[in-house]
Amino acid sequence: MSTGTTKLDVVVSNVVPVNELVTRFHFRRRDGELLPTFSGGAHVVVEMRDGDRTRLNPYSLMGSPLDTREYTISVRRDDVGRGGSLFMHRSVKPGLEMVISYPVNLFSLDLRARKHLMLAGGIGITPFMAQTSQLAGSGGNFELHYTCRTASLGTYADVLQQRYDRRVRLYHDDLDERIELDRLLSSQPLGTHLYVCGPAGMINWVRDRAAALGWPAETVHFEHFAAPQPGAPFDVTLAVTGKTIRVGSQQSLLEAIEAAGVDPPYLCRGGVCGQCETNVVSHDGKFIHNDHWLSEEDHRSGCKIMPCVSRFEGKSLVLER
Amino acid sequence: MGITFRKETFRDDFTFRNSPEHIRRFPFPFHEDSYMYAVNIEPHVVGPKGSVLENLIDVDEHYVAEMQDRALVLAEDPLRCQSLPHMTLAGWDLLELLMEQQALGYPEHFTLTRDGDRWRWINRPLGIDDTFTFGDTSTLPYGPMEYITRQSQGDFCILDQRDGNLWMDAGMVTTQADWSLDFDIGMNFFEWHAPVPLAHEKGIFIRALKFLTNIQQGKPARRLNWTMTINPRLDTSPENYHKWGPDRSTVTPENVGDKVHLRVELQSFWRLPRSNGIVFPIRCYLIKMDELVTQPKWARRLHRVIRDLPEELATYKGLTRYRPTLVEWLSKLDDGSPTSPGFGPD
Repeated sequence: MSTGTTKLDVVVSNVVPVNELVTRFHFRRRDGELLPTFSGGAHVVVEMRDGDRTRLNPYSLMGSPLDTREYTISVRRDDVGRGGSLFMHRSVKPGLEMVISYPVNLFSLDLRARKHLMLAGGIGITPFMAQTSQLAGSGGNFELHYTCRTASLGTYADVLQQRYDRRVRLYHDDLDERIELDRLLSSQPLGTHLYVCGPAGMINWVRDRAAALGWPAETVHFEHFAAPQPGAPFDVTLAVTGKTIRVGSQQSLLEAIEAAGVDPPYLCRGGVCGQCETNVVSHDGKFIHNDHWLSEEDHRSGCKIMPCVSRFEGKSLVLER
Repeated sequence: MGITFRKETFRDDFTFRNSPEHIRRFPFPFHEDSYMYAVNIEPHVVGPKGSVLENLIDVDEHYVAEMQDRALVLAEDPLRCQSLPHMTLAGWDLLELLMEQQALGYPEHFTLTRDGDRWRWINRPLGIDDTFTFGDTSTLPYGPMEYITRQSQGDFCILDQRDGNLWMDAGMVTTQADWSLDFDIGMNFFEWHAPVPLAHEKGIFIRALKFLTNIQQGKPARRLNWTMTINPRLDTSPENYHKWGPDRSTVTPENVGDKVHLRVELQSFWRLPRSNGIVFPIRCYLIKMDELVTQPKWARRLHRVIRDLPEELATYKGLTRYRPTLVEWLSKLDDGSPTSPGFGPD
């Protein structure tokens, strides 16, 4: 099977600054047709053509799955990242033609749940925008707890409170408001499913407390796309195709492999889905694993790497590509 | 020019036949002179004109008769159609998929008109013209899955995806090769495949599950599977074993050509957009030996495949009892000359 998903040719139909860090982008199909239906929690991979560089970053769809005239994503500006969010903020204007992937859902609602308990941190609110729309449309039972740094950085907090009133609880870091997590997790009705999306620290905290309080692992859902981290350049030999490539400091290993004309499979490009898992033939050096896919054992073994988010430091690395 | 739908039966007097054009489009499942399991999955894309892959959801001359047979099965046994409570949304996904595909492939027979969530569905072969509200179950005479699968050839399993596995949580199953939805409902991928011999040792199911859970929207996949059935009976279910099981002892050298049928399943796999589930249509094609051997290549190849089939597979497919009679009959049509590569007739 070919790599990635089917592509969609879209045009940017609107760009809306939401607050000092977050901007919302609207996409429509260039041919004027409806976009594919999606499910709450789905993301698309946006292709960013920035000069001779192409970046592909995943963003959660945040519109209502009931409205497929346009897709909307929200991008938080990251001033120290590899530049994908800066490109979106600076260079993407209404009318720009872009290519995005079909929607993929790696953070799906469990529709058996009697109640959906959602915990969001910061920009992790975006998948819940779509999920709450989907559930509200079908009379689903949900409750959303949303932490943000300040009221002005509480992206869409106002919209959510207006839509869902008391089903949304806000917590502001600057006012020292904290989710009373243990109390919250201990007081849920039987059949509740827990969803968490936010910074890695928040996800780990919630998963640890849920496990400690006896929540079955099957009822705890989380999504955290790792952004590929910049780092020192390194050289890689691709054993199957017989190429030697250099991974630039602002480039991911996957991007460098693709730039060399090799197309490994991928989907999320955030270390979650497992598609680009690559075998290591030999190495002399240290891996910097950033994925959520491989087990700790895999990481220790030095036999596998997720090239979408992970890097390498050392003398030599040979991959089965 | 539309399809001429045959009046025929899949029970009692068994008047089912394939027209000459339908014999040539039969999805013969053997690309070489032997058979063993493999993960023979490929992208489900449109194939050549005049093949069963001309449209991604195939409608053929047996459509009306198959739908009538399904209605008879359901009247006797409503549990052939089941949907667990959390699968209603997936049922709407399936309704949309089947209406869209049938209207796209056969506009002379099916028309779908949408005005927001007000939909009108016209099914001319079955004389249906319904207007309903998409998403509102009270506006249809059945649940969405049952409604549309009473109007679509083949069985349909809807699989919920969660915990890295697939769960058989809804389906319409009336044309099955000896398995039961009522028995399998709620099971996961490994549970419902437990009876299949040999494949577990080969790790086939682990790889197949990994592939299926990664099926993407807009990129369906397919595979062929096969068995044999005595008499053109669509409903060979465990529930009705007492009706069809004894048929297997009625095969004689004189009636092989008429009674023994190759049964091929075109299985496809589609990601459903709203529910994030997977639908697994299992479309059954039947062809009697007399029809199949009108293509000499197929006659030679089928002889070699059945003759050399490993014993475990012959047992699993229920061929043991009549295999010698069938092989003897086919051997007379196999002069030992080579067969050309590929599935199609010469």
